[in-house]
Amino acid sequence: MSSIDNKPASAWFNSDSRRLIIQEYGIFFAFLLLAVILSLSNEYFLTPGNISNVLLQTSINGVLAIGMTFVILTRGIDLSVGSVVALAGIVSASFATTSATAGIAGGPYPFYVALAIGILVGLACGALVGLIVSRFAVPAFVATLGMLSAARGATLIYGGGKPVPALTPEFRWIGTGNILGIPMPVILLAIVFAVSWWVLTRTRFGRYIYAVGGNPHAAKTSGINVFRMKFSVYVISGGLSGLAGMMLSARTGSALPQAGIAYELDAIAAVVIGGTSLSGGVGRVTGTLIGALIIGVMNNGLDLMGIQSYYQQVLKGALIVGAVMLDQKRNQGL
Amino acid sequence: MQPLLKVEGLMKSFGGVAALRDGRFELEGGSVHALCGGNGAGKSTFLSILMGIHRRDGGKIWRRGELVEFNSPAEALASGIAIIEQELSPVPHMTVAENIYLGREPSARFGGIDFKTMNRDAQALLDRLEFNIRASQYMMNLSVAQMQLVEIAKALSHDAEVIFMDEPTSAIGEKEAQQLFATIARLKAEGKGVVYVSHRLSEIFQIADSYTVFRDGSYVGSGRLADIDRPGLIHMIVGRALGEEYIKTNAPTNITAFEVSGLTAPGKIEDISFAVRKGEIFGIYGLMGSGRTEIFNCLFGLDKASKGGVQLDGRAISVRTPADAMKQGIAFVTEDRKVTGLNLSDSVRNNICLASLPEMSPSFTMRRRDEQAASREMIAHFGIKAARDTMPVSGLSGGNQQKVVLGKWFLRKPKVLLLDEPTRGVDVGAKREIYRIICDFAAEGGTVVMISSEIDEVLGMSDRILVMRGGRSAGIYAREETDAQSLVHLST
Repeated sequence: MSSIDNKPASAWFNSDSRRLIIQEYGIFFAFLLLAVILSLSNEYFLTPGNISNVLLQTSINGVLAIGMTFVILTRGIDLSVGSVVALAGIVSASFATTSATAGIAGGPYPFYVALAIGILVGLACGALVGLIVSRFAVPAFVATLGMLSAARGATLIYGGGKPVPALTPEFRWIGTGNILGIPMPVILLAIVFAVSWWVLTRTRFGRYIYAVGGNPHAAKTSGINVFRMKFSVYVISGGLSGLAGMMLSARTGSALPQAGIAYELDAIAAVVIGGTSLSGGVGRVTGTLIGALIIGVMNNGLDLMGIQSYYQQVLKGALIVGAVMLDQKRNQGL
Repeated sequence: MQPLLKVEGLMKSFGGVAALRDGRFELEGGSVHALCGGNGAGKSTFLSILMGIHRRDGGKIWRRGELVEFNSPAEALASGIAIIEQELSPVPHMTVAENIYLGREPSARFGGIDFKTMNRDAQALLDRLEFNIRASQYMMNLSVAQMQLVEIAKALSHDAEVIFMDEPTSAIGEKEAQQLFATIARLKAEGKGVVYVSHRLSEIFQIADSYTVFRDGSYVGSGRLADIDRPGLIHMIVGRALGEEYIKTNAPTNITAFEVSGLTAPGKIEDISFAVRKGEIFGIYGLMGSGRTEIFNCLFGLDKASKGGVQLDGRAISVRTPADAMKQGIAFVTEDRKVTGLNLSDSVRNNICLASLPEMSPSFTMRRRDEQAASREMIAHFGIKAARDTMPVSGLSGGNQQKVVLGKWFLRKPKVLLLDEPTRGVDVGAKREIYRIICDFAAEGGTVVMISSEIDEVLGMSDRILVMRGGRSAGIYAREETDAQSLVHLST
């Protein structure tokens, strides 16, 4: 985006610009195409109610995928997000439940206390993973695979394997409430997206992330603290997982120990469909948002068409692989 | 006699841009032929067509008088054309013999591999070539120079008659290069044709018999090296008279700016001391692995020194991280721009700004105007040829990429410039511009420490030269009191 605004209009249609447009907006066109096809094939698809529904369903995966984008941009991966969703969800819920048996003594606490605790749990999980990846040079895949298992176990230990029910209405508001008719989860996603977009495109921190992912050696010799950057992205992903965990439990009204299973896969899928390279340094959070929307719209559209969810999984798999195949082709062919 | 290889009117375009317009070439058996040209002259395209990697758009290729066309590297190899690539890609966890016979292993019973025969044949081949390499060694335990020799053995095991070598000395030391040249002489004596591609003119004059020059994708001329001198060849490559290759415009002052004393990193360098004055270009010469780069790594905080002190402007400084070094006004242009210098997936502008981000974002948010201005300034100052500064830096030629790295560090207005092989893989024209930039920097009172394994460069640019041998200093010499022979002698 920065590359287009300061260029004379006459240069717009040389092959370089064309390539740029396709690269930057190709995923957006794909999304529009999908939406057009679905709206033509089902009259219910474009109704405000359904659009709001799609956005609502996309919001949790969107928040996770945005965190995942930070990690993947530095050549990492975070497999632990689904488990952190469950852990943060259940810990925060124990501060916001009216149930005497499942709650913390003295509860329910005000919703902002529970909210802060949920985020802190996510940040702490992320910090631990970040420390292991950056300081002890454990591959991200392994470190986060460990956290995937450990955080799930911690969730079961914490809640004794039982759900935490009966959350306070104030806490539930972040999942079920709305402002001016816009559901809270959608607003939260919009805020997370806007801040992340600003950080990645406009700040020093964002530049560092791209540099570390693009070439860690060059980043190091340019005086960038590569350890700190790698640590930071896992903290970000952890914190956003914590937020997503609370969005989930607030929406359903209770925190389940088996919440968030396999959520990491949808988050990675959204990032990959959005055009971010798994080899790091290339990608943008806008693409990730659209990637998450494509997954959401596809699921919704197939639901509307009455296609079984089993088939949806097959199609999603094909979509992920197809998106990357197109990406490879595009990078070679143009 | 038919030439081993003859090419006429070879053409190739990539996406409408002509990389090769008129490639012409003729190789005689029993000769070494130098293929010369600047970055972007079309040499790489020429090689990749002959190797069957790219399809040509037009032109003819004769192999011993027969018209040929290659659709894959395997077909080129079957016709007796092999290439020793600049960046070797051996299978590190396999033995030398397995690498040589990769894909055509002699088979034993039950579809297994007859390792005994394979090792015996490989060893016989290596012995015949007088390479001191065991066929049962693992590839990863070999030096780069040895891997090259294995590649040559592999080419000969395919009965190759035409052997291309693309910048074979760019990653090996002087002594190993001499061994390679001896091998090339042997190949020549056996009647093979060797095509030698290199930016290093002194090597070309040492080993080649004839030359062909490409410029801007077209054939410029060819002939016998005995009939041309160095300035004449440079003139053909660059397309204009360059005059003197090395022009020194700096004059060292008497003020000591940068002093290193007793620098030691166990197993790497031992007791290195030198003092560089303001306005001086201080050269460091040594073979690969002699500890040259390790000195810079310690000075720049990329590696830890166990002992030793560094003084800048008479003040002791402590450097633990690259950021510390940068704060003190030290800049480090690293050896391999692709590995440690550039973020290839990012734009020219962002690469130029990469080492100055904190200065351009005093309040965390990037100041885009500052970035644009900085990038514009450096592109103009270094004459970087890029269509737009937002284009990916990977699209630039080697010389321009190197200037981007220089620009990144000059933007910080350093006091001390550490240069590690500043002109590796850069063509003659860009080299000269880089020399000019370095001289100007020193002439304006900067301090330069420069590592180079090119003797001409070290002798041509430096005021004084530190010779490294086995991690230790073999002495510091003024440029007037030393010459190429004594440098080679001291370093080995």
